Formats: sequence, C-alpha cells, structure tokens
Amino acid sequence: MKVINQLKMEFPSLPENVAFARVAVASFASQLDFTIHDIEEIKVAVSEAVANAIVHGYGNSRGGLIRVCLKLTDEALEIQVEDHGKGIEDVKKALEPTYSTDPERMGLGFVFMQAFMDYLHVDSAPGKGTRVTMVKNVPRGAAAAASEKH
Amino acid sequence: MNVNMKKTIEVEFKEGTLIARLEGELDLRVADLLRKELEKAIGRYPLRHLVLNLGRVTYMDSSCLGVILGRYKRLAQQGIGISLVGLQPQVRKVCELSGLLRIMAEYGSEEEAVAKAG
Repeated sequence: MKVINQLKMEFPSLPENVAFARVAVASFASQLDFTIHDIEEIKVAVSEAVANAIVHGYGNSRGGLIRVCLKLTDEALEIQVEDHGKGIEDVKKALEPTYSTDPERMGLGFVFMQAFMDYLHVDSAPGKGTRVTMVKNVPRGAAAAASEKH
Repeated sequence: MNVNMKKTIEVEFKEGTLIARLEGELDLRVADLLRKELEKAIGRYPLRHLVLNLGRVTYMDSSCLGVILGRYKRLAQQGIGISLVGLQPQVRKVCELSGLLRIMAEYGSEEEAVAKAG
C-alpha cells in the first residue's frame, strides 16, 4: 500500500479545536473516494478521539498538546490522535460500551469510534498519555477504480 | 464560525409541552452551554413533556448526546418524557447508535410531537 499523502498537526487541548480537527480531517479525507456518509462517520470518530484527549487525557485543562497524524493510501485513511495526558488505566474496560468516568458522557466515545471506523487500536498507560489509531477503508469499488487510474 | 456562541437553543411553551429548538454543531465546545440553557428552560416552565427539535442541528456527537441523556434521566424521575423532531441523517445515526431512539419517540413535526405528548 503506497502512502500518497500525509499530514501532522498539533494544537492545544481547547474545546474549540474539536471542530477544527474534524473539519481538517474531513477535508484531507476528501482526497479519496469516500462517500459523504463515510466522511460524516470520520468526523464523529475524530471528534470523539480529540474530545477524549481534552476531557479525560488532560482533565479539561487547556494547557495540553494534542497531535493528529493522518496517512492516506489509495485504499484507506489512517488517523492517529495522541495526547500526553494522564492515560487510561484499563484500556479493555474503557472500550466497553457502557463504561465512562463521567455519567453524562455515557462512554459513547469509543462506541462511535468502533462503529464508524474499520479498525481501532488504543495504546495507553497511566501517566504516559494515550494514542488512538483508527483506519477507515475506502469503499471497495472506489478503491479499485482509483488504483486503475494510477 | 461564531466563536462567541451565546445560545444554542430557542424555546416555546405550548399546552404543557416545552419545545426546545436546538441549532448548530453540537460538540464538546457547546456541551456546557447547552446543559445550562436546557436546565434553565426546564426550570422556568411547568412542563409535562419536552420536545427537542433538532432540525437545525448539523452535527452532534457524544458530548451533547450525553447532555440530552442526562436531562432524560432527570426528567424521567418526574414522569416527564422527551421526544425528538427533525433528525438529520448524521444526527439520527448517533441517536440510534447511542440507544436514544429506543427511549425517546421520534415525530415528523413539532405539531405531531405536541399532539402526542402526555
């Protein structure tokens, strides 16, 4: 799989940046033949990962840094969202559908990331921060058409 | 984009039903504001039912879904239900996936939601 484009961006842990991140990623993703439906799902997944970094990683403090790395191949978009916050003690438990440390957040963040992306992996350790890796595959027909063009 | 967002809702009280019309992109940035505004509106009227009109909501994720679910839990204790109107495709998808559509009725219009309330 050939990497055709890459992007790295870093921004402070401000709630305002959740919208920025999802719009930037959606715009980058539109280089591939994703459907509007796929782009909407990517936007939610990115928002959830960035919101988790702000709320859980940095405990809503505005001084943290969040890095988003994107890699585009002709078949998929890989998204990494990384923070240097407090980390997750039990990743397996955090990925359970009803788990949340905040009663109003319902633990839906990872549910959406899992449902909307084709691959999700969470690397985290207490005090070491969290790195979420997600992949969205280009719909099959579109990927085949794109590779014929190259 | 409106950086100094002042409001996310507009309300109307009709026949015991509070209609709250939400708008914009409902994410982490507006979650606290939305919670405060909904609480304020709920506290102001003697409502028997709450209708959330999401027709002008162009985006929603778990931050604001959590706010809606939080109000649902609190109002349910007083026997007050919530119904939804005007879900756009992205909003419907996250409402479905979060289970919100299993606990809240969805109607085609405010009028229908008000008529079916209570």
